[in-house]
Amino acid sequence: MADNNRAAARLKEQFPSSILDITEFRGETAVTVLSRDILEILLFLKKSLRYEMLTDLTAIDYMGKKEERFMVVYQLTSISCKERVRIKVPVAEDDCTIRSATAIWQTANWLEREVYDLFGINFENHPDLQRILMTPDWEGHPLRKDYPLQGPDREPYKGRLS
Amino acid sequence: MSTTEKMTLNMGPQHPSTHGVLRLVLELDGEVITKITPDIGYLHRGVEKLSEYRTYHQVLPLTDRLDYLAPMSNNLGYILAVEKLLNIDVPERAQTIRIIMTELTRLQSHLVWLACHALDIGAMTVFIYAFREREVIMEIYEMISGARMTSNFFRAGGLSMDVPPEFEPKVRKFVQDMPGYLDQYEGLLTTNPIWLKRTVGNGVISAEDAIDYGITGPALRGSGVNWDLRRDIPYAGYENYSFEVPVGENCDTYDRYKVRLVEMREACKIVNQALERLKPGPVLADAPQIVYPPKESVYNSIEGLIHHFKIASEGYPVPEGEVYQGVEAPKGELGYFIVSDGSSKPYRMRIRPPSFVNLQAIEKMSKGSMVADLVAVIGTLDIVLGEIDR
Repeated sequence: MADNNRAAARLKEQFPSSILDITEFRGETAVTVLSRDILEILLFLKKSLRYEMLTDLTAIDYMGKKEERFMVVYQLTSISCKERVRIKVPVAEDDCTIRSATAIWQTANWLEREVYDLFGINFENHPDLQRILMTPDWEGHPLRKDYPLQGPDREPYKGRLS
Repeated sequence: MSTTEKMTLNMGPQHPSTHGVLRLVLELDGEVITKITPDIGYLHRGVEKLSEYRTYHQVLPLTDRLDYLAPMSNNLGYILAVEKLLNIDVPERAQTIRIIMTELTRLQSHLVWLACHALDIGAMTVFIYAFREREVIMEIYEMISGARMTSNFFRAGGLSMDVPPEFEPKVRKFVQDMPGYLDQYEGLLTTNPIWLKRTVGNGVISAEDAIDYGITGPALRGSGVNWDLRRDIPYAGYENYSFEVPVGENCDTYDRYKVRLVEMREACKIVNQALERLKPGPVLADAPQIVYPPKESVYNSIEGLIHHFKIASEGYPVPEGEVYQGVEAPKGELGYFIVSDGSSKPYRMRIRPPSFVNLQAIEKMSKGSMVADLVAVIGTLDIVLGEIDR
């Protein structure tokens, strides 16, 4: 079960008050934690549990489905132990800020810029937080669920006519 | 007294050696690079957004347009993630053909890399040679899927159709000839003094930095990190194949070149092993909820027609949950993170493109070197803008 996962068990010991949920699905472990301690948790995973690589950093928009609208997702890989773990952090819409992981991994720089660009989540202490895929003067954040597929000033998509 | 001042040089987006529409804003001190600011997003099509509005089946053609030099690797990563969500097994024959095709894709992608990389730094002959072999792989693509690049060949549960009888002899002949062709390329480059001068000691990135920047694939192995997802976190049946994982020592462009050439030889070995295992059998799983019915049944029975129509129009529901599937694509770790809410469309699909993450290290790798050496670094990173911008 989920408790057998090395990272999940150690995190439970180390940060009992910040763990919200531990799930296992199709052999993958995901740990949901509070954004309060996110950098400490990531650093602990990197230094003590040898999750050396930040494979991916992205977000999910749960508009109207969950209490906190956004979920920031970190995929970590341990090269020495050949393991993966997923860390998830809920982020509220009205605050919409989380601390940047750029001090821990260089990878986080562009990945956080992308999340900022497409979801509008701010990363505190990021060295260069600006849009990366969209143009600098773009308005809105395309991957938000309330952003229309066809773009802001066009007729909404009504499905295939045939 | 003379004064010096820094110069800003714009490279791209229309520039033959930026491999697509990559724009780099360079700050130069004489001819030495002091700062690189990559500007990307010219090819942004919103694939992640588009896939939220399509059924799982309709998302598949979007994926082979990401890294258009390795379409089947993209297909494979996506299909494996969907199969993981659905929790279905794939017949042996389908799995073997998938391995053959993804390894041929690796060869194909590396051939284009070698051709363009060598052309960028002045070795034109290699370009012509490598594209000659790539053409054979394109013919195999066309033979089995009908398209040379946008293959769209894999399906959740197997393959879209079985391969024709001429497939096996053609692949067998190709992987027999390929090591000889690789010797030809090596004869042109490996000990060529101009090639050595341009690549040895250029674009150095240490193993620690490579991991810190999240670099994956041949670029990581060139820095001496022994890490290959096919061996270390196996998927799609790779655990049943034996192959070497080449590793570099000097972390430079030359070592990455050598790593990729050994990888091409290993890919031929894997294809040979897979051909030995290729036995007749079904290529689609026995899962009528997900898999399209055979054409005879669609054309000749009303039940078959309704069955086909239901899957084509509504798609199939996928259990609620979230999975991440990483595959060792030719350029590095390609990951698909799919969140399903139980409907027939992905709630969120995230693509983790290897080129996007690898490109970030370009400043680290070429700060302090000459402008001409930057061209070699772009080549050695082996980027494709289709998957960077998505």
